[in-house]
Amino acid sequence: MPTKIEKDSVTGRETTGHEWDGLKELNTPLPKWWLYVFYLTIATSVLQFVLYPSFSYGPGYLHGVLGYTTRQEVDQDVAKIVAKRKADMDKIGTLSFAQIKADPKLLEVALVDGKQVFASNCQPCHGAGGGGNPGYPALAAGAWIWGGTLDAIQKTVTYGVRSDDPNARTSAMPAFGAGLLTQPQIQAVADYVWVTFYGNKADGRDVSEGAKVFNANCAVCHGVKGEGNKLMGAPRLASQVHLYGNTREAIMAQVMGPKMGVMPAWNTRLDPATIKAVTLYVHSLGGGE
Amino acid sequence: MSDAFAAPRPVMYNEDVVKKFIIAAMFWAIVAFLVGVYLAAELAWPSLNFGLSWINFGRLRPVHTSAAIFAFGGSALIGTSLYIVQRTCRARLFGGRALADFLFWGYQFFIVMAALSYVMGYSQSKEYAEPEWHIDLFLTVVWVVYLLIFLGTLLKRQEEHIYVANWFLLAFIVTVAMLHIGNNAAVPISLFSAKSYIVYSGVQDAIVQWWYGHNAVGFFLTAGFLGMMYYFIPKAAGRPVYSYRLSVVHFWTLIFLYIWAGPHHLHWTSLPDWTQMLGMAFSVMLWMPSWGGMINGIMTLSGAWDKLRTDPGLRFSVTAVGFYGMSTFEGPLMSVRQVNALSHYTDWTIGHVHSGALGWVAFIVFGAIYYIVPVLWQRKALYSTRLVSWHYWIATLGIVLYIVSMWVAGITEGLMWRAYDQYGFLQYSFVESVVAIHPYMVVRLLGGLFFLTGGLIMVYNLIQTVKSPTTELPREKLQSGYPAGAVPAAGE
Repeated sequence: MPTKIEKDSVTGRETTGHEWDGLKELNTPLPKWWLYVFYLTIATSVLQFVLYPSFSYGPGYLHGVLGYTTRQEVDQDVAKIVAKRKADMDKIGTLSFAQIKADPKLLEVALVDGKQVFASNCQPCHGAGGGGNPGYPALAAGAWIWGGTLDAIQKTVTYGVRSDDPNARTSAMPAFGAGLLTQPQIQAVADYVWVTFYGNKADGRDVSEGAKVFNANCAVCHGVKGEGNKLMGAPRLASQVHLYGNTREAIMAQVMGPKMGVMPAWNTRLDPATIKAVTLYVHSLGGGE
Repeated sequence: MSDAFAAPRPVMYNEDVVKKFIIAAMFWAIVAFLVGVYLAAELAWPSLNFGLSWINFGRLRPVHTSAAIFAFGGSALIGTSLYIVQRTCRARLFGGRALADFLFWGYQFFIVMAALSYVMGYSQSKEYAEPEWHIDLFLTVVWVVYLLIFLGTLLKRQEEHIYVANWFLLAFIVTVAMLHIGNNAAVPISLFSAKSYIVYSGVQDAIVQWWYGHNAVGFFLTAGFLGMMYYFIPKAAGRPVYSYRLSVVHFWTLIFLYIWAGPHHLHWTSLPDWTQMLGMAFSVMLWMPSWGGMINGIMTLSGAWDKLRTDPGLRFSVTAVGFYGMSTFEGPLMSVRQVNALSHYTDWTIGHVHSGALGWVAFIVFGAIYYIVPVLWQRKALYSTRLVSWHYWIATLGIVLYIVSMWVAGITEGLMWRAYDQYGFLQYSFVESVVAIHPYMVVRLLGGLFFLTGGLIMVYNLIQTVKSPTTELPREKLQSGYPAGAVPAAGE
């Protein structure tokens, strides 16, 4: 094909002599700076291949002269951080709660750590500041199911509730809807709980039948006055804070086929000192006993 | 072929299929931008999903990405590639009208089926490769037809040499076919079920996915649109391509280096160290080959810089090349492991992707569309260059709001996640970083709204260009598919 090399009047460069749909190309050489920077990136890459892990050869790979591994780097970083908090965390781990509280500086460390641990691990269910969510107990309200002393909180966090841990806190409420109580009895007891313990107006309802049912079936765990029993994890009913809602329907649903929540055993994820720190933080939220 | 110059035979081009793809691209552009804006609003105020499963973020997000990349970008790319290959080869499309129409309707059917399957909850859970196996198989057939048409047209060309745009377009078509088949190797649980399992497992699945994912960026969103750039910028500028030699060198280095760069998506994961390091080195070496395209695009304007004042369509193309240069510098930077330790999993990545997707891909398409629509529909010029200017400035402002807010949000997240207090405890919980970036989520939404508004202005302008009596060509100037003398570009 006859090529027609032309000289471009603007740049003074020659074209390659080809043309497609009116498009032509100049035969400009590669920009020097472009070429040298490209060579530089190749040179740094080759240097990197020599220093660091690079190519695989089937059964193994070239480790590089520095012997670098990511795991080693991470281990060093973690070791540095752990060393920084070691003295304080060792103290928190060995001292009693009373001793920690007697040392303001140590208590501050525990609360700072506890706040972070709480936000990353507990907050998704129990809410910011321990405000609670439906089905997830409020921690700041003093409505403790398993107890709100430092020791009780520590035990709950460590072993969990209905978790796989053999020391987990466990309780079970029977499903009264499965033949234990009749439908009218369930309605009556729900009325009684709703009026007497939740503090709603009777509006002419007769709750005496419900009281009888309650005393015969529920009082053994929840107490005659609905005061609950922390030893067996029976929630307090005479309260403004209710785990599954304040409505009469919620009470009926819970009597018929109760929901029973699960909390993981945190001893599989948090070390004892960290559990003590988060215990102190939870205790400080406003409901601590 | 030797008499090609002496007596050019008139060729009847298939421009009908190009028109169809351009219309589809404009439709999908609005869909992609609209869904993107809605998702941005959901990220700022999550309750906007109203608890409806089919508009929750997880299902709508692949609708946005597929609509932007494959529906809008893909339709624009396939359409313009069919235009470019015919004109630069002086040959009508191989396979005739039927094959070209099958390509168009098949591709659109794929897009609709994919989008429907996402909102109904079907997904392979592979980013940018979400469609399940039956849709993948159908796309394979469509894509092979595309390859046949393109390759067949190249083979029957009446020019001795193959124009640079076609190298990039062919690389795009061939590599995407390879990536699509490699990454979607899956075994369905039954011939009558949409559910399948990928044949790779664990970290091998991850590296195959990012071999695919990164080269979808490299060959779909880079090589393909560079092909578009190599035709429309010299066309609109009326200047020869800056350097043939640079185009050869940056083409082959780009093709060779890109395919290795995928591992940088998996830094600091269980991917072996040597693979991560290799991916990082090849990403850094990619910097200059990428910039070769930018140099060739921008320097082609030497001698025609004044056209930027009069032709806002060309302004789109040149700004696109600028954004291309910026994000292909940012990319190698982010692939350096130490930088990635800060940027990974943060919104910086989202900002980086959008400076490429909005600044480069969408802008290079807008530039091409503003050039090609008056040519295809044989109109005097665009209906309004003023509206093109408005589109340009609104969209540019939108991109700036988008990427700056994502930079700030991403670096904020990265710094908060790694901050330790004086006792050696993490200073912030994850949720605190979520709260901290909320304002930037709102700014991003605003940027998206700007970009969508620009898109709507463009669609209105294009419809008017085709329909308005003010842009009609005198009857004697109407032509029917002859190659010579393109209709004057916008602003002339």
